[in-house]
Amino acid sequence: MAEVRLENITKLFGGHIIGLKDFSLQVKNGEFVTILGPSGSGKSTALRIIAGLEHPDKGNIFIDEVNVNKHLPQERDVAFVFQSYALYPHMDVYENIAVGLRIKGCCKAEIQKRVQEVTGLLEIGKLLKRKPKALSGGQRQRVALARAIAKRPKVFLLDEPLSNLDASLRERMRTELKMLFNKLKATVIYVTHDQTEAMSLSDKIALINNGMLKQVGLPDELYYQPKDLFVASFLGSPPINTLEADIIGENALMCGKICLNISSDYRLKLKNKNKVILGLRPEDIKVYLEPKENTYLAQLILIERIGKYTILSLNWQGQILKAITERDFIGQHKRDSIWFQFDMNKLYLFDKETLNTI
Amino acid sequence: MSKNLSEQRFGLFLILPSFFILALIALYPILRNLVLSFMEQGRFVGFSNFSALFQDERFRSVLINTAIFCLISVPLELILGLTFALVLHQKFFGRGFARAVSFLPWALPTAVMAVAWKWIFNDTYGVFNDILLRLHLIKEPLAWLGRPNLAFFCIVLAEVWKCTPFVTVIILAGLQTIPLELYEAIRVDGANSWQRFRLITLPLLKPAILVALIFRSIQAFGVFDSIWVLTGGGPGGSTEPISLYIYDTVFRYLKFNYAASMVCFSFIFFLLFILIIYLTFSRRQIEY
Amino acid sequence: MSIKNAPAYRQSNKKYRLAPLDSKHLTGLARIFFCLAIISMVVFNLAPFLWQFFSSLKNSKELYLVPVTYIPAKVSLTAYEKVISNPLFLRYFLNSVIVSIFTTFVTLSLASFAGYALSRLKLKFKTALQFLLLLACLFPQIIFLVPLYELMARFSLISKPLALVLPYVTFSLPLAIWMMTRFFLTIPKEIEEQAMVDGFKRLAILRKIILPLSWPALATTAILIFIGPFAWNEFLFSLSFMIKDTSKTVPVGIALLSGTSMYEIPWSQICAACVLTTLPLVLFVIIFERKIIEGLTRGAVKG
Repeated sequence: MAEVRLENITKLFGGHIIGLKDFSLQVKNGEFVTILGPSGSGKSTALRIIAGLEHPDKGNIFIDEVNVNKHLPQERDVAFVFQSYALYPHMDVYENIAVGLRIKGCCKAEIQKRVQEVTGLLEIGKLLKRKPKALSGGQRQRVALARAIAKRPKVFLLDEPLSNLDASLRERMRTELKMLFNKLKATVIYVTHDQTEAMSLSDKIALINNGMLKQVGLPDELYYQPKDLFVASFLGSPPINTLEADIIGENALMCGKICLNISSDYRLKLKNKNKVILGLRPEDIKVYLEPKENTYLAQLILIERIGKYTILSLNWQGQILKAITERDFIGQHKRDSIWFQFDMNKLYLFDKETLNTI
Repeated sequence: MSKNLSEQRFGLFLILPSFFILALIALYPILRNLVLSFMEQGRFVGFSNFSALFQDERFRSVLINTAIFCLISVPLELILGLTFALVLHQKFFGRGFARAVSFLPWALPTAVMAVAWKWIFNDTYGVFNDILLRLHLIKEPLAWLGRPNLAFFCIVLAEVWKCTPFVTVIILAGLQTIPLELYEAIRVDGANSWQRFRLITLPLLKPAILVALIFRSIQAFGVFDSIWVLTGGGPGGSTEPISLYIYDTVFRYLKFNYAASMVCFSFIFFLLFILIIYLTFSRRQIEY
Repeated sequence: MSIKNAPAYRQSNKKYRLAPLDSKHLTGLARIFFCLAIISMVVFNLAPFLWQFFSSLKNSKELYLVPVTYIPAKVSLTAYEKVISNPLFLRYFLNSVIVSIFTTFVTLSLASFAGYALSRLKLKFKTALQFLLLLACLFPQIIFLVPLYELMARFSLISKPLALVLPYVTFSLPLAIWMMTRFFLTIPKEIEEQAMVDGFKRLAILRKIILPLSWPALATTAILIFIGPFAWNEFLFSLSFMIKDTSKTVPVGIALLSGTSMYEIPWSQICAACVLTTLPLVLFVIIFERKIIEGLTRGAVKG
């Protein structure tokens, strides 16, 4: 296993469309790092650059401290699992796994040994003689993984491997993947747009948008200490609630018609600003059926029962807030009004212009 | 229920004209050939045409000519067509023009271009001799269309020139069905260009190559236009294919029924050929 | 592939992924070979036509010079003048034009109807039709010659244009129907179902909805029929069925000029005639290359 380092990678398409801009990332030996971002953010580009399938316009890639910029994909000793698995349709499962090893020059005995290893690991022993078209989506994915693992590469690169699976299979495979790579103690760079996947699988998450790295850190870091509004709203389901507020005085905010007192820590940072954006996570909103001390009145618009919990959409002073409650919090009776309160300490403040966290 | 019936009738109405014209011009002649070959001047004569056929020296020689012609030109076309398709599949400056030019021979009238080839192979004024002389590859001008082996070379060249685009287009279509990711995957696995070609391109092109092979073989067997113009079957019948002999039998010797028996023979030959190829390769169909 | 709401830049991303042998990344020797391959390919395919072109511009004396001159020293258009002023050649040209246009038009009509039916409806006669189409496209022309000649003679069609249009249409149908069927399969059924719910009758659906959508496919198919082996370019049937001099088509006319003459073969005129016949096609193919090649290659190869 190896460590990977990307230094200031810039990639432009057609001369002006930004793929990546000054993207840097460090992956330690044995770490599972996810590059997370929305569609078109450049995450797949980054992965392909590491693999050598694309070339950066600027910047360097280091695998185990060796600059591999000029190395061809075959020379980098990486394994790439494509989103569509890219199984060779005219070869059976055994051949699919073996062909890479054969090209490398492994002898027949070695190939057999390795194929047996991975089929045991991924439980695809019964599928060895089948062709890809006779496999289900989940089975194809396992074969693609088997192919990668049999190579014993320095780094595993996975490009959204779960997005072609249906929801229940996806959950199961997520667990299996985590156990698998834990067992292998492998260095993995994983790309996805699904924040749940990223949060549950990774040691570290690198959040990317429009080709630029937004924040890198532990999943909890990104969740509880987001650097800006984008990070805060990308992680978390349902996403963070945002409200506009004006600054009045030294430690007071005016949100709509309600005045909020905030701690004096913010006094300096808010000095030259007029407006802020408040961020409040749905799970930090406590909802009550009757008015209590320090609660605000809101209109209940929508109830979404997810199963294990319920999402309430509240209309408060013209802005929509979402809150999470227990499953049976709201009975079957129709309600119009609801009271809620939140902990001021759990409030996030974002600069209105730069959207950075204050 | 009734909707289905009206749908059926509507569909029939749409198909009928094509059906009719195909039945008349494509199906009827094949059946009529069969009938004609067993007749002579309107009287039923059994197998006498066929027995005459088997003793016909000229028929044997044209069969051999045609077979040799197919065995040489079709593989050449396949190889050349594959090469052209591989080149044209890449992106390069001027690709559109290159593709247009590669398609051109198929679009131009065979007979007219055969006339052009005749001029090129002209022994005294032809440019082919001229180039060879200038390159010092020959010492004096050769009679390309006048000597049997040379004439054979000429008709093969004209046919390969004309028909390679057919193969090129079919293989280009096949190349486009191969997902790029397979190439990327095998590159990451460590394959060089030749290995990529051998492990991915060639196996996945098998259906396309097969289609090209079948169609070209049958078409080459029936070659007529270019040879009629270039050599007329000469010198001394050395370049005469089956179709030319059949044509002569009809229009020069006016032996309709004998010609029909030749056609029947060829037809059965085609059916066997297609059957063999189909049986050999149908076991190894490639699907995604 | 998962459904992604791909912003525009993601789409263009795909263009820059490496082709199997990306010419941008070829080094030194390989690059030279590649360029050589392209050049040889272009020269090989263009040479015969180019040679006719240059030959046609030479005056008679220069044409018969040995060793051969490649670029005409003096461009002379006399050959062209002679050809154009030859009423017989013009007659051949006209015949070819008439027959080809009729063939294209009739084939397109029949193929659109049949293609639509094949793409949409399940009919018992579907397999029968496909069988006939296979017959027509698999076997070489010579197989059909004798009985067809008999047929044409019986109906007094010898030396009449219909004698050519009928077989040309027949043998152009396989390709035309294949293209139109493939095209109609790309039109979602929902559009017609919506029209049916809205009250359109079937024929009206064809005319008012399907037809306007089909222009690109019709155009491409028309081109392929016209330049295909059964219209402008056809030789065998024309040679056999058109006995009268005034009904012959251009390929036959030129071929006869170049072969059976007892006098000296008028090569300069022949070259000019060849160029006149083929130059429009050459320009046509170069201009419409994209449509033609993409029309043919976009779609699976039938096994």
